[in-house]
Amino acid sequence: MLELRDVYGGYGEGFVLNGLSLTVEEGQVVGLLGRNGAGKTTTMRAIMGLLPRLAGEIRLRGESLIGLPPYVISSKGLALVPQGRRIFPSLTVTENLLLGARPPRPDQRVRWTVEEIYRLFPILKERGKIRGTLLSGGEQQMLTIARSLMTQPLVLLCDEPSEGLAPVMVQRVGEILQRLKQAGLSILLAEQNLDLALSVIDVAYIIEEGRVIWHGSAQELLANRDLQETYLGLRVEV
Amino acid sequence: MPVNTASLVIGLSYASLLFLVSVGLSVVFGLMRFVNLATGSLYLIGGYIGWSVARSTGNFFLALIAGALAALVVGVLIERGFLQRLHRKELLQVCLTLGVAYIVQDVTRWIWGGDPLRLRPPELLRGSMELFGSVVPIYRVALIGIGALLAVLVWYLLERTKWGAYVRAGVDDLEMVQCLGINARRVFAIVFSLGALLCGLGGALGTPVTGVAPGTDIQLQLMALIVVVLGGLGSVTGAIVASIVVALVDTIVRTFWPEASFFAVWALAALVLIVRPQGLLGRAA
Repeated sequence: MLELRDVYGGYGEGFVLNGLSLTVEEGQVVGLLGRNGAGKTTTMRAIMGLLPRLAGEIRLRGESLIGLPPYVISSKGLALVPQGRRIFPSLTVTENLLLGARPPRPDQRVRWTVEEIYRLFPILKERGKIRGTLLSGGEQQMLTIARSLMTQPLVLLCDEPSEGLAPVMVQRVGEILQRLKQAGLSILLAEQNLDLALSVIDVAYIIEEGRVIWHGSAQELLANRDLQETYLGLRVEV
Repeated sequence: MPVNTASLVIGLSYASLLFLVSVGLSVVFGLMRFVNLATGSLYLIGGYIGWSVARSTGNFFLALIAGALAALVVGVLIERGFLQRLHRKELLQVCLTLGVAYIVQDVTRWIWGGDPLRLRPPELLRGSMELFGSVVPIYRVALIGIGALLAVLVWYLLERTKWGAYVRAGVDDLEMVQCLGINARRVFAIVFSLGALLCGLGGALGTPVTGVAPGTDIQLQLMALIVVVLGGLGSVTGAIVASIVVALVDTIVRTFWPEASFFAVWALAALVLIVRPQGLLGRAA
């Protein structure tokens, strides 16, 4: 579905991504793991067309995305749930939700209507008229996910969705990701919270200094304590 | 203080013109961080073209349309010509648009001469009327009405339509807007063109009251910058409020200490910058 091969990219001098390769199959949830500064957000930005310097291959269903502006990449079927949520403060909840809404593609497996979104996130209907940033942190996270779904993505790029949230909301985010997975959506998930990541991902890529240093199934990662401690600096609480 | 209905009418009619010049500047600045110092020139072009068309056709309404369209054409040329290439290069934008302002002033001086030109208001709006015990020019009152109508229209367009939501979201977070599939450059080009159109319309509408001459552009440009600073970047409501405040302060100070009026509005801008740097209705960056 989505394939990155030998991607180099950065902002100015030097590269942040140093030959990164990964694949997201249709319906798969792929974990992008690594320490702070390993290049997770930069990978997301590279896919979305937001890096000033970019080389290598990025393909969605075989079609190259390199050099396309972000709004075209969005129309091809990628949606970013950005780190820090980035709700538009001047817009109401409803305006935020519908800003990028478009009709589903004919060949799209997982489609989203406003009714479905409201069923999944009832709070967005109840509080539709208030400014988006007046929602709580957890509610804003729901809004940013919902806003991305309205663009009818083939692959959802989820950057640190649990960051800065209370434990109960982290759990809620986990449930939502689970629901999206069950619906059959392909997801690339960058996440510091290993518990949350392992609860939903099928396969994982661990990256460091902008390249993949390990990849394998979620079960392999779960079983490998050394890997967790050495490259992620944390381990799953038992 | 010598504040009466007449000075209020003069102030508010001036506010209408200021709003037309500054609203585009404010939204464009807020949206793309693009500084257009040729905003006053668009007003000037609207004024001169309006004057010529009114002279040759005798139709004031036609003059308004021609003035607005002329500014639109020049605005589109500026946007297509170099704005698109100078994204995020503020220093180059300032230099280039200032250069355009000088060129426009010289070319218009060459065509229309250096003397101030004035237009008579259309027949229907000539003369004076009595308002709350004062005698005021009908055209000024009409200007207030037109300004208020356009302010409501612009406000509705930006605050209540989907297209306006693109613009407001772009002012908040341009990158995120593009990630949601919106072509921000196109939104910007449309906003810029509409802003130019309003500047030109302002120029044509203003010719009966401010006249048009080399220097009108600079005067309006400076006033518009103050309005933007005062109102806050990218805020239509801010532009409306600030236009009224600046125009009233200017008019009122002018009636009892004419030399100080320009100083007063700048002092006001400085004060706002110290106390509330984001402007009256702007958000902290």
